Amino acid sequence: MSLEAHLRERRSAGAKLLVPYVTGGLDDAWPDVVRAVVDAGADAVEIGIPFSDPVMDGPVIQEASQRALARGATPTSILDEARSLDVDVPLVVMTYCNLVLHAGCARFAAALHDSGISGAILPDLPLHEIGEWADAADDAGVETVLLAAPNSTDERIAAIAERSRGFLYCVSLLGITGVRSELAERATDIARRVKHATDLPALLGVGISSPDQAVAGSAVADGVVVGSALVARLLEGAGPEGAHDLVSGFRTALDDAAAEEAP
Amino acid sequence: MTTIPARGTPLVLGPPGPAPDPTGRFEQFGGQFVPETLVPALEQLDREFRTAWASDAFRAEFAELLQSYAGRPTPVTECHNLSRKLGVRVLLKREDLTHTGSHKINNVLGQALLTRRMGKQRVIAETGAGQHGVATATACALFDLDCTVFMGAVDVERQALNVWRMELLGATVVPVESGSRTLKDAVNDALRDWVATVESTHYCIGSVVGPHPFPWIVREFQRVVGDEAREQTRALLGDDPDYVVACVGGGSNAMGTFTGFVDTTSDLIGVEAGGHGLESGRHGASVARGVPGVLHGARSLYLQDEAGQILEAHSISAGLDYPGVGPEHAALASIGRARYVSATDEVALAGFELLSVTEGIVPALEPAHAIGWLADAAGTEIPKGSSVLLTLSGRGDKDAAQVSEILRARERGA
Repeated sequence: MSLEAHLRERRSAGAKLLVPYVTGGLDDAWPDVVRAVVDAGADAVEIGIPFSDPVMDGPVIQEASQRALARGATPTSILDEARSLDVDVPLVVMTYCNLVLHAGCARFAAALHDSGISGAILPDLPLHEIGEWADAADDAGVETVLLAAPNSTDERIAAIAERSRGFLYCVSLLGITGVRSELAERATDIARRVKHATDLPALLGVGISSPDQAVAGSAVADGVVVGSALVARLLEGAGPEGAHDLVSGFRTALDDAAAEEAP
Repeated sequence: MTTIPARGTPLVLGPPGPAPDPTGRFEQFGGQFVPETLVPALEQLDREFRTAWASDAFRAEFAELLQSYAGRPTPVTECHNLSRKLGVRVLLKREDLTHTGSHKINNVLGQALLTRRMGKQRVIAETGAGQHGVATATACALFDLDCTVFMGAVDVERQALNVWRMELLGATVVPVESGSRTLKDAVNDALRDWVATVESTHYCIGSVVGPHPFPWIVREFQRVVGDEAREQTRALLGDDPDYVVACVGGGSNAMGTFTGFVDTTSDLIGVEAGGHGLESGRHGASVARGVPGVLHGARSLYLQDEAGQILEAHSISAGLDYPGVGPEHAALASIGRARYVSATDEVALAGFELLSVTEGIVPALEPAHAIGWLADAAGTEIPKGSSVLLTLSGRGDKDAAQVSEILRARERGA
């Protein structure tokens, strides 16, 4: 399933896009968590493949990554489980580039495709380093989602938008992933600048922790990525039902906001 | 009016060395594998460094600091006793005699000048043994900059004295509880801080690692070690030494040293941490046992498992406890210009005692690896009668408590 086509279609239908993040291999129930968040109204799901040294991640996702690695999760084991997810929204992998380079770009991209994964987000692979990966991903039919940051120049954002596939990930603040009490001041600014540069779906992520923040952010952006807020609940043992409840809360708030905006 | 130097003749730095290629690579190693947020800061740093390093005024200011504050040039000491014992002519480049007691001061003074030039007020750094942390805290005290040092919680415990020194110098020391709680994790947390504070903060990285332009900048600020040593060994030997030897963790003292000799006929040898032995899996020998990968922003050689997860390094010395090596070392290894050997914890301890007893010089545990390796290799890999320049990257005071405890425990066990 094409990530970009699906998100564009949902956007055209008037929806605010919601993409939850789940750490792959966190526990035995993680595939059920993915199914639960899809059932709760996710438009796509990000599956984290844990890396030993996740420099873009805060304490919550670090902890989840450590737990998954301690259980013996590997890219191969997670992709094997992903293959049998059988959900009706696109799946996007988020991981760090060493795991990709270690496997080999072409092999990794093919493995994603074979597991039914539509896209990939590699936060430590900026535009000027993506060459080898992006070519392999294109060949395998995997959409490479690039990130833009609040301190990216407009010229840089234009170049990133040009090469990004699936959607454009707008980092809402200067900082790493984690739960924040308020939406960052710069979130709407980066979303506005990205929207100005491209028609690609623009999703705000990093620090989107509550339905209110999601609504405020998606007043400008096309939607949000929700990571640490969900993973924190999973670490507390919320399980698939808890995940379903949390994502339903975001879905309802975003749908209400979309309905108010609708002419 | 001529300036009268504080001592000796004024230090003059050699011309800038070769830059990496436009993508920040040495051969296929290096690059800039970082979150988008850091890209503007790295571009700014690249720009500022290029301009500064080409400027005579900047280089003169750096040279003056190295001389009047850090105590450069450092001497090369001919070790007559050790030479007699080993049958090879051993010359030591004495970085242990600099202010703060290791080569780390060279790099931090340069980066402090760059920080001021960029108008930033806050500096962060990672540290393993505490040498780079102390050096950074020192430079920040001198330049009146706010300083935060990330240090693995395990290292905070084993290097309590250096923690106190950093705090005395006005720095905040943050114990890092993530991952293996050592140097690798301290770099992770420094990068995480930098992603959030990049507009006001400079990351003063301590070795020839990290994303471009750091490996290049740190090498250029450390090449004074090799440039001085080449002139000094030529004066003593009438020629370049047969071998140039230095210990390698991330590899800054070795890179600084090798750069002075890379265009000579000297054999360049890096000594990595062999830990409990390469077969044990508990070591820090990234060139010998690492594979290409990306960590901390650079493509280089790293210790990894079969899936590509980074492994913990092990070394008796916190300064070599790093699972990777700077990209320029990986490049020198790949083209065969330098070779990399290893010395176990045991060999390092033997080197520590040997240099103390024969020359009255107590080395840091890091260069003790190089001393220990040389003692074992003399007469075999290093033929009798050869000349060897070995960089003594730091003094052993910081390790006295740890080593005395190990040796006492042994006596009790015996």
